[in-house]
Amino acid sequence: MIEIENLSYQIAGHPILSDVSLRLEKGGLVALVGPNGAGKSTLLSLVARLVPLQSGSISIDGLQIGKTADDVLARQLAILPQDLSVASRLTVRDLVGFGRYPYHKGRPRAEDRDRVDAVIGQFELTAIADRQLENLSGGQRQRAFVAMAFAQDTEYLLLDEPLNNLDISASRALMTLLRDLVTAQGRTVVIVVHDINYAAAYADRIIALKQGVVVADGTPREIVNSALLREVFQTGAEVAVVGGRPVVLV
Amino acid sequence: MAGPGLRVRLFLLAGLLALCCAAYLSLGVRGDWGFILAFRGQKLAALLLVGFAVSWATVIFQTITGNRILTPSVMGFDALYLLLLTGLVWAIGARTYQGLPPQGMMVANVVWMCGASLLLFRVVLRAGEGDMMRLILTGVVLAVLFHSLTAYFRRVIDPNEYAVVQAASFARFSNVDTGLLAVATGFCLAAGAAVWRMRYRLDVLPLGPVLSTSLGEPPHKAQWQVLLLVSVLVSVSTALVGPVAFFGILVTSLTYLIIPSARHGDLLPAAALIASIILVGGQTVMERLLDLSTPLSVVVEFLGGLIFLFLLLRSLR
Repeated sequence: MIEIENLSYQIAGHPILSDVSLRLEKGGLVALVGPNGAGKSTLLSLVARLVPLQSGSISIDGLQIGKTADDVLARQLAILPQDLSVASRLTVRDLVGFGRYPYHKGRPRAEDRDRVDAVIGQFELTAIADRQLENLSGGQRQRAFVAMAFAQDTEYLLLDEPLNNLDISASRALMTLLRDLVTAQGRTVVIVVHDINYAAAYADRIIALKQGVVVADGTPREIVNSALLREVFQTGAEVAVVGGRPVVLV
Repeated sequence: MAGPGLRVRLFLLAGLLALCCAAYLSLGVRGDWGFILAFRGQKLAALLLVGFAVSWATVIFQTITGNRILTPSVMGFDALYLLLLTGLVWAIGARTYQGLPPQGMMVANVVWMCGASLLLFRVVLRAGEGDMMRLILTGVVLAVLFHSLTAYFRRVIDPNEYAVVQAASFARFSNVDTGLLAVATGFCLAAGAAVWRMRYRLDVLPLGPVLSTSLGEPPHKAQWQVLLLVSVLVSVSTALVGPVAFFGILVTSLTYLIIPSARHGDLLPAAALIASIILVGGQTVMERLLDLSTPLSVVVEFLGGLIFLFLLLRSLR
């Protein structure tokens, strides 16, 4: 379980998060939504220890962030950034291989190689395993990075706006993949997402933030309605229920 | 991957370097072989040390700054070394300076240099994070500042005292300071061993700050260590042959071109071999065939400078 307690964060005196407390149980796909500047990405960065804590505390399965060794946390929690460009010339297999780094520290053993092969097969990347990342489409590259994070064998996987720059087919494929990681593999996935329809269609739980405060928290059917859109996003869109799930009519 | 495999390429480079060394030692020997081999052997060892120090410093510096254009010298590392040296001579006087054991002075200079560069470049790297142009500008401004301060010290110290510093202020591959070989070798071995132990961690860093943190290697940790090692390596090469501005970029550009791998376990040995081939091979041609009509440093800096300009213009497009 990820436990966030009384988390506050400010940049140059300007509050980004104010006294946020959340408990994220194991299993499930959690979507963080909210308008630009609501503090979603900051919250994710704090949980992923990308920026140091200012006040409050975060623990991951009892391991306190800021007090736990980096390599221990690397086996508990993985994060994928928004910008998936990599400077060096890596093949898909190289990239997925990095997912095993927290276990072998640079000297892969036979079991690490087997794990990488298995993950490449599982993510249907075998055909492009030896191609360089820069020669792949956006969707393929995204898939390769998720495969890397999956090979890291962490309980928790965080993704910061993974749907940016993906077309509808790649977006749906990625969300289906993440859904499968949760349902079939029992992983816990937390994503920051802009399109509330994707959150409503794929997430088990949606947490809405506004001006650094949690304003709504529940299943898509509980919280996605026109009142939420008015309050959080300040827009008057209608919400219809199609096939038992809420859909925002944009 | 086109062409010969990685191992083959490394072996070819090693073979080429062995040929260059043999040519450097044996071409045009007249008279007592024993004396000449010992004499040239020392200079050869110094050239190899410089090749090693400059190439490794540049590769690891480019890895932590996440770019392939900047080098420690462009960012003013060797200018800082000269400033510290000149400042020291100004403070204690040339006579005292020369009276001190040169090996001891080198150790002191290296320690000085590590402290000063950690202080300065930590701030600079932090400020310019993710912003290439700001990083380059800050580095260039710092380098100019160090040069001007050095020039200031030069004017205030006695011209006779300045002669002590002068020899250290220009790149000179023909006139290597061989008296410092033992200390320089010690530093190179220690720094080299530390870099080699870090090689897998260095492989992770180009994935960017988010992914390397996710994999348990937060970049700020490695940055400290790399800056320290770069300071030691730059001090060694500057003490032996003086400042070399664009040699590092010439070496790393060739390395990335020849070695189709992102692993530091491949890049580091290749870079050291390529740097040594350029220095030893180039020096053989200049000394033995062209009778020192053109200093090697001029050729190396010219080619390296061209590559720097090319890379810079390409990155701005």
